[in-house]
Amino acid sequence: MSMYDEADARAVLDKVVKLSKADECTATLEGSVKGNARFALNNISTSGIVSDTVLAVRSAYGKRLGTATTNAYDDASLERVVRRAEELAELAPENPEFMPALEKQVYKPSPTFNASVAGITPEYRAKVATDSIAPCRAGKMVAAGFLADGQSFVAIANSKGNFGYQQATSLDYTCTVRTDDERGSGWVGRNVNDAGQLDAAAEVRIAMGKAGRSVDAKALEPGKYTVILEPEAAAGLISFMMRFFDARQADEGRSFLSKRGGGNRLGEQVFDPRVSIHTDPWDPVVPVLPWDGEGLARERMALVDKGKVANLEYSRYWAKLKDKRAMGSPGNIVMAGGTKSTDELVRGTKKGILVTRTWYIRMVDPQTVLLTGLTRDGTFYVEDGEIRYPVKNFRFNESPVIMLNNVEELGRPVRLGGGGGGGQPSRLLTIPPMKLRDFTFTSISDAV
Amino acid sequence: MDRRDFLTIGGLGIAGLVLPIHGRAVAAEELLSTLDVSLKKAIADAALEAATKAGASYCDVRVGRYLRQFVLTRENRVENVVNTESTGIGVRVIVNGTWGFAATSDLTKDGAATAAAQAAAIARANSRAQTEPVQLAKVKGVGEVAWRTPIRKNAMAVPLKDKAELLLAVNAAALKAGASFISSNMFAINEQKYFASTDGSYIDQDIHRIWVPFTVTAVDQASGRFRTRDGLSAPMGMGYEYLDGDARAKFVMPNGVVNYGNSYDMVEDAIAAAQQAREKLKAPSVKPGKYDLVLDPSHLWLTIHESVGHPLELDRVLGYEANFAGTSFATLDKLKSRFRYGSDIVTLFADRTQPHSLGAAEYDDEGVKTQRWDLVKDGILVNYQAIRDQAHIIGEEGSHGCCYADSWSSVQFQRMANVSLAPGAAKLGVADMIKDVENGIYIIGDGSFSIDQQRFNAQFGGQLFYEIKDGRITGMIEDVAYQIRTPEFWNSCAAVCDPGDYRFGGSFFDGKGQPSQSSAVSHGSSTTRFNGVNVINTARKLG
Repeated sequence: MSMYDEADARAVLDKVVKLSKADECTATLEGSVKGNARFALNNISTSGIVSDTVLAVRSAYGKRLGTATTNAYDDASLERVVRRAEELAELAPENPEFMPALEKQVYKPSPTFNASVAGITPEYRAKVATDSIAPCRAGKMVAAGFLADGQSFVAIANSKGNFGYQQATSLDYTCTVRTDDERGSGWVGRNVNDAGQLDAAAEVRIAMGKAGRSVDAKALEPGKYTVILEPEAAAGLISFMMRFFDARQADEGRSFLSKRGGGNRLGEQVFDPRVSIHTDPWDPVVPVLPWDGEGLARERMALVDKGKVANLEYSRYWAKLKDKRAMGSPGNIVMAGGTKSTDELVRGTKKGILVTRTWYIRMVDPQTVLLTGLTRDGTFYVEDGEIRYPVKNFRFNESPVIMLNNVEELGRPVRLGGGGGGGQPSRLLTIPPMKLRDFTFTSISDAV
Repeated sequence: MDRRDFLTIGGLGIAGLVLPIHGRAVAAEELLSTLDVSLKKAIADAALEAATKAGASYCDVRVGRYLRQFVLTRENRVENVVNTESTGIGVRVIVNGTWGFAATSDLTKDGAATAAAQAAAIARANSRAQTEPVQLAKVKGVGEVAWRTPIRKNAMAVPLKDKAELLLAVNAAALKAGASFISSNMFAINEQKYFASTDGSYIDQDIHRIWVPFTVTAVDQASGRFRTRDGLSAPMGMGYEYLDGDARAKFVMPNGVVNYGNSYDMVEDAIAAAQQAREKLKAPSVKPGKYDLVLDPSHLWLTIHESVGHPLELDRVLGYEANFAGTSFATLDKLKSRFRYGSDIVTLFADRTQPHSLGAAEYDDEGVKTQRWDLVKDGILVNYQAIRDQAHIIGEEGSHGCCYADSWSSVQFQRMANVSLAPGAAKLGVADMIKDVENGIYIIGDGSFSIDQQRFNAQFGGQLFYEIKDGRITGMIEDVAYQIRTPEFWNSCAAVCDPGDYRFGGSFFDGKGQPSQSSAVSHGSSTTRFNGVNVINTARKLG
C-alpha cells in the first residue's frame, strides 16, 4: 500500500512521535503511485507504474540534528528508524543555524486532489499515446511524447503537536511532432487538474500544425526583436528568475536583488508597472500543498506588485536574524496578465517573432540573471498581425529582469506545470503570453 | 536531473527531510557490507528459470545494491549528511521478440521469479503492438567473474568526521583567503551490481565513484558586484585516495593556475579559488569578436560531452529521445557519407576501460565487455554508441558495451560511454601552444552550457578566462562566453597538446530518458586550440 488515508498516516506518525526520546522529533510520511507512458517513432516505447512510500524522521538534541528514513512500517521498523535518527543526531556537529521544530500550524486545505486523475488506468495512458500517434501516422508525421500521472499524499507531524495531511494528483502531457522528412517540428504540452481536461487527439493537432508550418524556415539575422512569447516560452525564463527571490542571497550581496552598499531591493521598482506576481496555495487554477518542505504554512504572498518587489522569501533562520516573519516557501507562481490570447497578441503585432517554446535555459551571469537558451518547435516571423513564415531557431542571451522591463503587452495567463525537462519550470505556474520589445537573439541554430 | 538541479535540491537541505534521491537512509557501517555472491546467484537463477518457463527467449537479471553518501557544507557548518541504500532486482526479458521489464525490492528467489513472470507478461502483452522484433546482438557467456574499481581507499570506510573536517577546513581556508562565501560538498557512490543472463554470464561488479565540488563567492558590496569560482576537481571513478593531494598529479599552467590529474588538493584549490574570485571582480570585460581559444581539459570535457558525446548516441540519432533530450544532427546518412566532423587532427573515441574514469567497468549492464572504439577518426565520423538491440542498425556485429541503468528498478538503456579527444601525437606543451596564439583566450574550468536539441548550436562559459596577445598571457578577463556550430567548431581545431597534459573532466549526474535516469561519464583531453571562435560579452546592466 503506498496511499495512506489520514487516519492511517496519523497512526504511523503518532507512533513515531511517541517513540522519540530526543528533545524534538518531526516525522513526514509521503507516498505516491506514479504512472507513465512514453512513445517515440509513432510507437509506444515504455510504460510503467511505480509505487513508493517513505517515512522520514528528524530528531534533535539541542542544536544537533539527525535524519533517518524507512519504508517499513511494522512496530520494530518504526522503533529502529527513530533510534537511528537519534543516534545520528547524537553524532552530528551542532548546527549554528538550528531552528527548533515548528509550533502547531494552521493548514487550510487546498484543492490539490482530483479523483479523475487518481483513477487513471493503463488503458487511459495507452489511449493518450494512440490518440497522439494515429493522426501523426496519417499525416506523415512522427510523434514522440510522454504522459506522466500520479497521486500522492503527504503527512507531517512533530512532537509539538503539529499535524497535516493532504492528498494531491498530477497529470502532465508533452508531445513533440516532427515531419517525416525531418524538416519541421512542433510541440504541445498540457498540465491539467482533471483527466477530462486532456484531449490528446485535439492537442496533438496543435503540435502537428506547428510542425507543418515550420518546414522551410528562413534564416533571419540575430539581433534585437519584438517577440511574442507563448506562455511555455516565457515560463522557463520567469521561473528561473523566481528562484532568486531569496532574502538571504540578496542580503549577502549575491543576487540581482542585492542593493549596492548592502541590503536588498525590497520595495523598489525593478520591473514594468504591469508586472505583478504572487504565490497562493489556494489558487483555483494552480493549487499546491498549504505547507512547504519544512512544514511551514504557506500564505498568499505578493512577490512583485505593479513592478515593485513586494516580498522576498525568508527562511526561518534568516527571518529570525532579520526580525521578519517567515512564511512557507512558495509552491506556485501566479503571474497576472490581460485578456488576450497568443493569437490576439499576434494579430496586434506590426513586426515580430512568435516563439512557441524555449529550451536548455542556463544561467550565464547571476549578477543580472542573464540566461541563455534556444527557441524550438515553431518559431515564426509575424508582420501586420499575421504569421508570414517560419524562421530558423535562435539562441537568446536575455535577462528576464530586462525582459520584464520591455513589456509591450501581457495576454491571458494559462496553467503550466513542471516535469518538462530542459529548463522547464519545476513549480506550478500561471504565465501569460507576452509581447516584449528588444529581446536579444545572439545567433541562429540550424536545429529543427 | 542535471547536476546543477541536483545541487540545488541537495543544497536546500529542507531541514534534512527531503532526500535528494530515492533510497532508504542507512547507518554508516551499512555502507561497508556487501551481499553474498551465492545468494545473488541463487536469486538470479530463480529469475532466469522463471523467465524461461514463461516463454522468454532471453532474460537478464540485475541484483543491485546502490549506496550513496552525501556531505553538504557551507562556511562553518555541515548542512546535511545523507547515507542511502537501495537494493532490489530488475528483470528484463524478450518474449515474442518484445522487451518486458519488472523490478522488485523483494530479495528472495520467489520475489525474483515473480518479477520475471511479470516481465514476461508485460512483454507478451506489448508484443501485440510490436511492429519489428528485437534483434539482439550475440554475446558469449563468461561464466562467474568479478571486477572492482581499483580503489586504494574506500570512501565509505572513511569516518564521516574526517569528511566533515576536510570540507570545513576547505571552507575556512577559502574564507581566510578572501572568499565571502563558500559551499562545498562530497558525494561518494558505490554500485554493487550483479548481472546474470541466459547467455551464461554471472558478473559481480563493485563500482566506486567520488566527487567533491565547491563554489566560492566573492562579493564587493561597494560596487554591488559578485563573482564565483567553482573548484577545478573532476568527479572520478576512484576512492578516497583522490583527495590525497599528491603533488605529482598537479599541473601548473603557464599563468600559474594549478590544475589536477588523478589526485586533488582541495584546500589548495579553495585558496586559489578565493583569490581568483576576488581577481574576477576587477577583471576587464572581454571585447566581443573572433578569438583563437585555448581550452583546458577542465573546460573542454563539457564541450566534448555536449557536442560529441550526446549527438553520437544512437537512440538520439534514431529519434527515441525526440520529446526530451532531442535528436541529432549526426544522422545515419552522415555515417555512410563519411561526414567530416572535425579537422584531421581530431580523433574522438569512446572508452569504458579507462582507469579512474567515471564510466570504468569490466562489463556493461547487459553483460557486454567494455571496450574502446573510435567515433570520429582523423576528423571523419566513423561510428556511434550502440547497445545490443541497436548494433544491427549500423551494421555492427556486437554491442559497444555502453548500456546502463541508474538503479535496479530502472530499465537499462544506451548511455554515453567516456568520450574523449585523443591527445596529439607530436610533443606539444601548453606553453608552446600559447606561444603561437596572436589573439586568443585561455579558458579553464567549466561554466554555463546550453545546446540545441540537435546539438548544432552551443554556448559555453567557463571559470577562468585569460587574454592571450602575441603569444603571451596578459591577464584575466571576464564576461566571456563562446558560441559554436558543432561541425565548424571541431573543424577549427588547430592543435592538441601531447599525452603529458591529458586529464579527465566529467559529469556525475548526466540526465537522459523519461522517466529520467542519471549516469556518470568522464571525458579526457589535453589542452586544445580552436581558431576563430565567436566570443560574446555577457555583461548586462540592470536599471
